[in-house]
Amino acid sequence: MYVAVKGGEKAIANAHKLLDEQRRGDPNIDEVEVDQIREQLSLAVARVMAEGSLYDPDLAALAVKQSQGDLVEAIFLVRAYRTTLARFATSQPIDTARIDIKRRISAAYKDLPGGQLLGPTFDYTHRLLDMALAEGRPAHEVEADAAGVDGEMPRVTDILNYEGLIETDEEDPERDPSRDLTRQPLAFPAARDERLQNLARGDEGFLLALGYSTQRGFGGNHPFAGEIRRGTVTVSIVPEELGFAIEIGEIEVTECQMINQFQGSAEMAPVFTRGYGLTFGHNERKAMAMALVDRALRWRELGELPQYPAQDEEFVLYHSDNVEASGFVQHLKLPHYVDFQSELQLIRQLRAEHAGRFGHNDDAQNDNIQAEAAE
Amino acid sequence: MTVATNHNGGTESGYNFAYLDEQTKRMIRRCLLKAVAIPGYQVPFGSREMPLAYGWGTGGIQVTASIIGPDDVLKVIDQGADDTTNAVSIRHFFQRTADVATTEETEDATIIQTRHRVPETAMKEGQILVYQVPQPEPLRQLEPRETECRKIHGYAEYGLMHVKLYEDIARFGHIATSYSYPVLVNGRYVMSPTPIPKFDNPKMDSFPALQLFGAGREKRIYAVPPYTTVKSLDFDDHPFSVQKWDQACALCGAEDSFLDEVILDDRGRKMFVCSDSNYCEQRQAAGYSNPAAAADIAAYQLALQGEADA
Repeated sequence: MYVAVKGGEKAIANAHKLLDEQRRGDPNIDEVEVDQIREQLSLAVARVMAEGSLYDPDLAALAVKQSQGDLVEAIFLVRAYRTTLARFATSQPIDTARIDIKRRISAAYKDLPGGQLLGPTFDYTHRLLDMALAEGRPAHEVEADAAGVDGEMPRVTDILNYEGLIETDEEDPERDPSRDLTRQPLAFPAARDERLQNLARGDEGFLLALGYSTQRGFGGNHPFAGEIRRGTVTVSIVPEELGFAIEIGEIEVTECQMINQFQGSAEMAPVFTRGYGLTFGHNERKAMAMALVDRALRWRELGELPQYPAQDEEFVLYHSDNVEASGFVQHLKLPHYVDFQSELQLIRQLRAEHAGRFGHNDDAQNDNIQAEAAE
Repeated sequence: MTVATNHNGGTESGYNFAYLDEQTKRMIRRCLLKAVAIPGYQVPFGSREMPLAYGWGTGGIQVTASIIGPDDVLKVIDQGADDTTNAVSIRHFFQRTADVATTEETEDATIIQTRHRVPETAMKEGQILVYQVPQPEPLRQLEPRETECRKIHGYAEYGLMHVKLYEDIARFGHIATSYSYPVLVNGRYVMSPTPIPKFDNPKMDSFPALQLFGAGREKRIYAVPPYTTVKSLDFDDHPFSVQKWDQACALCGAEDSFLDEVILDDRGRKMFVCSDSNYCEQRQAAGYSNPAAAADIAAYQLALQGEADA
């Protein structure tokens, strides 16, 4: 009979059925297909791939469908699947200078080799609800520009580098480039590659707020969007038995290079510094926020003083993961009868002791406090 | 690769025995060995993302998955009970992925995974108790930074914790911590016993069974080998003490178990029952009862009846 106040196997099974019924919604309305989600909710799919750390638009779309559009839940589904996959190779670094470009803008230069390419963007749209879309108007068709885009698309940071105005990105030859936070736990101080992996997997909203804080007042650097580019790059691996690189596929990425002022230090002349953001898919807000936070976290190597929340490595890296955060916040739904019982007993004891010391009602208590104050 | 059959006789296709791949199990076992070798020390491990939410037992599940074999008998409890929702869910997970035998009897289990309780029935040599750990760091409430906490453990500079306990005494006249009460393991490391009530702390001392602790989200494993000293922190003039109840269990009359209170109405009427459901059922089966609580039980059954009718 006591079982009645606890959940049982049956309750769980029924909850799963109800959840599935809710997912389907009104059965008189067509069910949304996974490929419709992949094609028409592509930005949701991109976010799920980015924070799920798995480039698979079909599985990400399935996760969006299964999670009823709850993207953090979809990210969780993709992560839980990804964790079971065998790691058969480590890819070569992708080269974003050799990109099949869809969009490329620089806020630092008016024009630059390769040109500015606005591409598909919400920027400059007026945020007016498109009532015709509700009626099912056909989408615009765009004819491909016969001239095409420049094949050469040098990075803005490389252009600055000719003059030595920006710090160079040196690879650390000592460091294993394939360290993976999903295989080895984070340790502090974290290296930049670990920080970047953490941020790439990090919650977009959390990074957005942190990045914003560095701009608004809790951070000292004024950033320039040196360049944001989006397009498709090839991924290659070097199989041990072959010894040379072979292409295994293409992924769409968004890359952001932030250029930040740096006053210099005793060891370093004034120079522009970098903040870097990279995400799977079309994910500009995330890439930019990531670049801002990356730069904020680089205080140690640049000899700056950490003064702002976004510079606090443990705070940022330990709390950026939405699957971890969501799980732990929501674990408060689990029964805590035993702890609560312990607290009930304690608070009754403390109140009884309090009453013993200060009297039983509020008036008496106040009198006592006043009497004490008078002493 | 072993393909596990689920309890319906079908297969949970595509997954290894007990879900984790063998390389991951080896990695976790190595960490477990290190943890056993350094009692109370938190070993960082490459915690995997599990198909269960963080904070819901991912660490405990990974430890259990790494040590369980086809011949093991598993018991899963949450808040002391086998039938709480998350215990049911975790037990079901291992039935699906490892097809192991499960039990509610503390004596019959080879592995018991638990959240927030140590069973009332004494455990014995050869058994393993796996704790789910939300926060492995006993100092976290006092020092939020992991880098600092690791230094404190490294130097065994636990003054911060003693000051906290002393401040409780200065303010309340006694230590006001009722669960997650910190312990010193093997005279060296201060350790979180997990959010078990302090009532359970004395059981951990010189425990005949192996105690393993898994914190998935925080990516830490620690252990207390059998017959290791586990001392609850206290002062000579303020010795550690555990909770006591004026009442006995309404169902089995036990006076030595941790009791949960069950609310009977909105006017403060309540009864107390064992948090350890298996212990309580065993005592009832053995003929123990609490005649003094008959009216409370009747009131409870009436309330249940009312709910069913409504």
